[in-house]
Amino acid sequence: MTLWRFREFLREPEALFWVFAFPILLALALGIAFKSRGPATVRIAVEADSAAANLLAALDSAPGIEAVMLPSEEARDRLRKGRVALVVQAGEPVVYVFDSTRSEGNLARLIVDNAVQAAAGRRDVWEVREQPVDEPGSRYIDFLIPGLIGMNIMGTGMWGVGYGIVRQRTHKLLKRLLASPARKSQYMLSHLLARLVFLVFEVGAVLAFGCFAFGVPLRGSLVAVAVVAFLGAMTFAGIGLLVASRARTVEGVSGLMNLVMVPMWIFSGIFFAYTNFPEVLHPFIQALPLTALNDSLRAVILDGESLVAVIGLLAIVAGWGLGSFGVALRIFRWE
Amino acid sequence: MSNAAVMCRGLVKRYGSVLAVDGLDLEVHEGECFGMLGPNGAGKTTTIEVIQGLLDPDAGDVRVLGLTWASHERELRQRMGTQLQETRLPEKLTVRETVTLFRSFYHAGCSVREVLEKVALTEKGNAWVSKLSGGQRQRLAVACALVCTPDILFLDEPTTGLDPQSRRQLWDIIAGFRSGGGTILLTTHYMEEAERLCDRVAIVDRGKIIALGSPRELIASLEADDVVEFALEDAKTIDHSMLKALPGVQQVHSDDGKTILTVTRVHQAVPALMELLTQRGAALSELVTHHATLEDVFLSLTGRHLRDE
Repeated sequence: MTLWRFREFLREPEALFWVFAFPILLALALGIAFKSRGPATVRIAVEADSAAANLLAALDSAPGIEAVMLPSEEARDRLRKGRVALVVQAGEPVVYVFDSTRSEGNLARLIVDNAVQAAAGRRDVWEVREQPVDEPGSRYIDFLIPGLIGMNIMGTGMWGVGYGIVRQRTHKLLKRLLASPARKSQYMLSHLLARLVFLVFEVGAVLAFGCFAFGVPLRGSLVAVAVVAFLGAMTFAGIGLLVASRARTVEGVSGLMNLVMVPMWIFSGIFFAYTNFPEVLHPFIQALPLTALNDSLRAVILDGESLVAVIGLLAIVAGWGLGSFGVALRIFRWE
Repeated sequence: MSNAAVMCRGLVKRYGSVLAVDGLDLEVHEGECFGMLGPNGAGKTTTIEVIQGLLDPDAGDVRVLGLTWASHERELRQRMGTQLQETRLPEKLTVRETVTLFRSFYHAGCSVREVLEKVALTEKGNAWVSKLSGGQRQRLAVACALVCTPDILFLDEPTTGLDPQSRRQLWDIIAGFRSGGGTILLTTHYMEEAERLCDRVAIVDRGKIIALGSPRELIASLEADDVVEFALEDAKTIDHSMLKALPGVQQVHSDDGKTILTVTRVHQAVPALMELLTQRGAALSELVTHHATLEDVFLSLTGRHLRDE
């Protein structure tokens, strides 16, 4: 009989496979997208004018600037659409048109101003030297990979479990299982075990991809990474279960999923550090499960921390997981 | 009582203010095929789901195989097979995997190969569920119900929406289970299905059983063997009392512009009807006679059709 149970677990993920395969591909695509990004250049436009030709030549030859000459109207249009970061009007004085609330705008202003002043003959008073950072462990890609793993764990956990359950509910499969002797706990467990199997592939694929394609260092032990990933996966499976526990339709659960996931995509430091947000928000951001998961993944992967060092973060993750499971099991709708 | 496979007393189930099942009593004997026949929304599905322990009744007792859900849920689940309405089995599993999955839930039962043979899906064993036709899917659902060699089989509208050939195939499967000594409780709104499969039929309407007996008994309760349906040109009608006075006419109904007579001696009733119509100067636009069916029983009891067509 035990053998049959195991078979059931092995069969079940087959049905869910397509839900899982997609996020891995997404992670790979994102990784590649970020790899192909060269050194940052600012795109700017110079308004067409008789005096503009010299300025354009000076700007275009300056490092890190890509300048084009455009008629005034088109230049403004591109600025609005974000295709150029700044528009320069030649003359006395030179006018910079840009959106100061956008970081590209401010960056462009500094670089362009520097180039304009240098072209006009300004000499630097202090001598400076640049030391680009490209040591493995401190580049953007190193920051990104653990974030992607975290995002992946969240996405597949929520979608795999939540979406799967709701689809089975709308197909009345839940009711059919309820009418069979299969225990409810076995059903839940089969989802979790299925998650575990896929977790190995998901995390392994992104991590291996990061290591081999970009040389992202793995400084902590694999066991520690596995434990953190496992805990994260269980937590998000729990949240997925909670989200799916009442929803009757696939559309309904999709909305709920997004409600839960989008804030974490934004706040939890997947693509950039959450320290960019105002300080008052930090306690809330840090309390999010994905923030804690991402932070502990980074600590373990990049800083080689032990599990003991991230125990506080793991407690946050586990707390969310236990809470969600508890509530989900209580309110779960079988029909 | 010990030989009652299913026993319900005073079953009540409400959905909000809607009374789906209204004090229903029911007894299914061991080894019989019992059908609940009624139109959509009569409360058949609710009843069969309450009996299967999937819904809690608001009032009333249910015993299946002499056991209650509260005390013997585990055992009962092992001993019953079920096919629910509108279940969509996992699309990405093959037929064999699906049956294997369901087989894995039960301690005892027959082999997957055997059950696939029974439902004539052996050749489709490796096909994905998503590639099956409606009839094949339904046979697969029944296979999942049969795989535990249940003592009692619950079928909720097993052939709804199927073509006649698939329906006949399923009837053969169900009849096969019945002849092997199994008990069956099924719901249907097809009178042919009830007439053909069931030892006893309960006609259900508005959450109550309004008639109970073997199909033959129920039809006999009309006290008529045949049914004559006719319509007149120019939508004329004839007074019911005049029709009722015709020889052999038992009952008269009007339905959708047609007049329906239940008659005992069709060979006398029809000529008499013709004569009456000629006297009245009415011309027939339609005339049909057929042997009485359960549909006519339902019509005579409720004045409505089983199916809204």
